[in-house]
Amino acid sequence: MAANARVNEIGLSRNDYKGGVSTLCQGCGHNSIANQIIAVAYEMSLDPHQIIKLSGIGCSSKSPAYFLNRSHGFNGLHGRMPALATGATTVNRSLIAIGVSGDGDTGSIGLGQFKHMVRRNVPIVYIVENNGVYGLTKGQFSATADYGQELKYAGVNELPPIDICLEALAADASFVARSFAGDSKQVRELLKAAIAHRGTAVLDIISPCVTFNNHEDSTKSYAYGKAKEEPLHDITFIPFYEPIEIEDQEPGQVRAVKLYDGSHLMLKALDPTKHDPTDRMAAFRLLEEAREQQLFITGLIYVDENRATLPEISRLVDTPLVHLPPEKLRPPREVLDEINRRLTCCN
Amino acid sequence: MSTIQDLPLEDVLAEKPAIVNDFQIMIATVNGSGSQTANTVLLRAMFRMGIPVSGKNIFPSNIQGLPTWYTIRLNKNGYTARLEDYHVLVAMNQQTVAEDIANLAPGGACYYPEEWNLKHERDDIVYYPMPVKALTDASDVPANLSSYIANMVYVGVLATMLNIELPYIEGALDYHFNGKAKPVQMNMKVVQAAYDWAQDHLAKRDPYAVEPMNATEGRLLMDGNSAAALGAVFGGVTFAAWYPITPSTSLIDALREDLAKYRIDPETGQATFAVIQAEDEIGAIGMVVGAGWAGARAMTATSGPGISLMTEFAGLAYYAEVPAVIWDVQRMGPSTGLPTRTSQGDVLTCYLLGHGDTRHVVLLPGTINEIFEYGWRAFDLAERLQTPIFVLSDLDLGMNLWMSDPFEYPDVPMDRGKVLTAEDIERAGRFARYEDVDGDGIGYRTLPGIDHPLGAYFARGTGHNARAIYSERPDDWVENMARLRRKWETARTLVPRPVVDQVSGAEIGLIAFGSTDPCVVEARDQLSTRGIMTSYLRLRALPLEDTTRRFIENHERVYVVENNTDGQMASILHMEYPDLASRIHSIAYSDGLPLSPRWLTAAVLEQEGR
Repeated sequence: MAANARVNEIGLSRNDYKGGVSTLCQGCGHNSIANQIIAVAYEMSLDPHQIIKLSGIGCSSKSPAYFLNRSHGFNGLHGRMPALATGATTVNRSLIAIGVSGDGDTGSIGLGQFKHMVRRNVPIVYIVENNGVYGLTKGQFSATADYGQELKYAGVNELPPIDICLEALAADASFVARSFAGDSKQVRELLKAAIAHRGTAVLDIISPCVTFNNHEDSTKSYAYGKAKEEPLHDITFIPFYEPIEIEDQEPGQVRAVKLYDGSHLMLKALDPTKHDPTDRMAAFRLLEEAREQQLFITGLIYVDENRATLPEISRLVDTPLVHLPPEKLRPPREVLDEINRRLTCCN
Repeated sequence: MSTIQDLPLEDVLAEKPAIVNDFQIMIATVNGSGSQTANTVLLRAMFRMGIPVSGKNIFPSNIQGLPTWYTIRLNKNGYTARLEDYHVLVAMNQQTVAEDIANLAPGGACYYPEEWNLKHERDDIVYYPMPVKALTDASDVPANLSSYIANMVYVGVLATMLNIELPYIEGALDYHFNGKAKPVQMNMKVVQAAYDWAQDHLAKRDPYAVEPMNATEGRLLMDGNSAAALGAVFGGVTFAAWYPITPSTSLIDALREDLAKYRIDPETGQATFAVIQAEDEIGAIGMVVGAGWAGARAMTATSGPGISLMTEFAGLAYYAEVPAVIWDVQRMGPSTGLPTRTSQGDVLTCYLLGHGDTRHVVLLPGTINEIFEYGWRAFDLAERLQTPIFVLSDLDLGMNLWMSDPFEYPDVPMDRGKVLTAEDIERAGRFARYEDVDGDGIGYRTLPGIDHPLGAYFARGTGHNARAIYSERPDDWVENMARLRRKWETARTLVPRPVVDQVSGAEIGLIAFGSTDPCVVEARDQLSTRGIMTSYLRLRALPLEDTTRRFIENHERVYVVENNTDGQMASILHMEYPDLASRIHSIAYSDGLPLSPRWLTAAVLEQEGR
């Protein structure tokens, strides 16, 4: 490290958060998301050793190899990353889990695990890099593909798309957001909020596939995304140690969402009548209406900071289970003696 | 010749001596009628009399209404295998009574509710009507409990007729209800009434009776699933995930109870464990693998259909080298099969579970004590070998009550395997997750959260090199698989060795494993009375090690006994020892019930051409 390199609050440079060289296509939205994860982890001064990266199978799921080399990673099975995350975060509650999935991984093969993870409120930032298409197998429709869309390989999609955010909301998600890989600033601010959130934070990021699904008629293309993106809010994430400033905003236009660790997400509503992210029914309505109009709503759609997480529901000790010493795990000999005494004939 | 029935008791006993502590009782009931309490109380009362017993529940996949049978075998010599014959019948299910009576051994006793007005069609058995309804109605128990209490009528009647003193029954009830006086008294009242009624109204006309002896002192009665749970607790389990499936469910039920008792922090009331009911078996094993990767002692329990669903994760854990413990309490397959009947049908499946070249360590407990031991030892092996460990139990071992010696406290400290600390890495200056540093095929791992810039690695199911870096290079692949092969060879030296009874001069050897042990033990004695001496090797784990090879080499013919149809263990032995294959013969049978010694003796005689 050069002596004059800039470092963050824990003395790490941006380089210390880098990953391996991406093997994804040039211009893939997933690479941009990986870069935002690097930027956010650096800016938030997260200890990379306390982060675990988890993924399923697919283009998206390769990307954890391309950020945070100093963090443990587990590239699991197709659609089964939620189970790995559930086990790992339960036995070590001090870890920050970042999961990267795709629309096939989450919306098709892994829909069941996804919804049960959300329902359990497993502490994880769960990113869906959503492009509506299967890349590694060369261009089949995924379950999030648009109705009526046409692809060279797959023909016309006759089925309605599954909306990841709606599925999450229906499973009682405590954090639902949508963004667009081309909107780096928004991705960063939502990532920060997701990391500060204590339960499952679902982040559905439309990430166009430059090879198989970047036609203008696809809602998962850059052209469509840029033209039809309708941000709910202008978002600024404010860490808990910085003062919150809401000056030069008209009252009623700014909403500060307090996150669990004391940080705030400042939402500057573009249209003051637009959306209250703590109103679950409003979130459903918003998503359904956007779906009908093939609109592309981005921003924080829903948040509930009060829902208990799985480690809380499990009433776990504060010490991560994996750090408990043997004497806390194996009961002493006297306990077994007493059990034997109680069981044996004929006491 | 006069029938037994025509004679007074004294004459029966004069003609046919009393048969004491050597017979089988069959209790036929309706599922959901609450007969389990009555049956286990009878079993435990005789156990407390010092008589060797075994009890087997043969039940349907049903909540209420279908027939259920419970057999209690008493044997003064300590045999505990299932007998095909039964000698005392308690017929409480009108739906099956005709067949139940038809199968009662000649000379046997049939107890039945008198309100059925049963026609006494067989003249070679003794019929004893019991006033079940009258005695139940006379008791002052609440109406909603009357069907449960009705079962206590046959407990009281049998106590009189078999000669079980009531304090033994009361002691068993006290054990069953954990010392709660009220239910004990309520049940005892009916038992006493039935006991008194039988004293006054029934004359003993069959030869079956019990007598106190001293063969059970210091022993215990337990089901395998409870023993497995207890073993896991003493193995320091911190995480379990599961999906309900018969016959493994009671293992997790017991685990939850035990953990709540022994693993709650007394100061804070917080848990040092987590048990999660998953959405399916894929989720269950996935959580276990995630927890094992993060450094926990993690387990799941399931049965055949669940094992199928766990296949892909088992392969991932094998190849990414993640510790996990998987209990398979086997039942009858394929498919839903006979979900409440026993089998040893998952041997090959578990051994090779996964796609590509996968081989798993499989533990094969054959006694309740071994189940407890493997309950903790499986974690040591999983963490030492960094791989999934399968423990094969079955419905018979898992859900029925077996006699056992007291449990032994683990004789070694917990083995957490090769885990590097930040200081270790600092000293070495490098870290390569899958490097074979020690030549035993087992690399060193780190756990997430390790505070060192070189400490992390990326676990994956895709091809990787020694540094855990993605690789599609043929030489990396071959090297990795060769190392996994070395690890397999290391596993051979660590798994429990077979138990061998080598009989000098025996030409034939029997190889068995798991719940068939009581059957083999008894069949060997039957064979020896016919002049056929056998040696016996009981496998306790896969992979095999040299003891088994030598055993086969030492015998002209070896019969592999197992409770499945295809002879799965015999196939594994053929595969492992092709040079000895001509000596290895399969004796396999599976009909949902535990194997009987009579069947095995006949099968060996047939194969021996005798």
